[in-house]
Amino acid sequence: MTEIVVSLLVLAGAALAFLGSLGLLTLKTFYERVHPPTMGTTLGTGLVLIGSIVFFTVEASRPVLHEVLIGAFMTIGTPVTYTLLVRAALHRDRLEGRDPAGFERRGASEDRTSTEPKQN
Amino acid sequence: MSGLPEAVLNASLLAAQVLVALAMVFATWRLLRGPRAQDRVLALDTVYVDALILFVLVGIREGTEVYFEAALVIAMVGFVATVALAKFLLRGEVIER
Repeated sequence: MTEIVVSLLVLAGAALAFLGSLGLLTLKTFYERVHPPTMGTTLGTGLVLIGSIVFFTVEASRPVLHEVLIGAFMTIGTPVTYTLLVRAALHRDRLEGRDPAGFERRGASEDRTSTEPKQN
Repeated sequence: MSGLPEAVLNASLLAAQVLVALAMVFATWRLLRGPRAQDRVLALDTVYVDALILFVLVGIREGTEVYFEAALVIAMVGFVATVALAKFLLRGEVIER
């Protein structure tokens, strides 16, 4: 029974990581590509770590919870790094006069250009 | 701990390892292709996370908790590395006076 649960958790986590990297490879612009890897970094690692917790807890017949540490680091770290990275990309795009993420194309240019530059 | 459930677990772990290895290949492809620096930083972060998952999977397969420490180190170093690279892209230097 434990083996089946661990198998399902591990497979689901690995599939999420796979889909995240596939999205990173196939999507068109940087601002679209930021989204998919977060699936693998949060839910993907989370599911694999829960599978590891279940496996070692059953095997050692006592609670093995140190995988929670990795989960905590990933949960705190991922939003911080990706926010910094997107702000850096936005800054670089503005510096070079590029159109970040094709906002002009989508007809939202008036709002974006009038409000956002104040934040830099 | 033998018989059919054990075989199912082994097959699932193998399949999961193959999936994560493929994910690493995709991320490495993006890392090499770019086209801009922020794409490469994002791909490097994804490679780190996939390596972490791979270490946890190897740990489950081997049945030892040694690989957990390696995964923890990867999580911490990956976080610091990506923050430093993003800071460099934003300001042109990592530590400012």
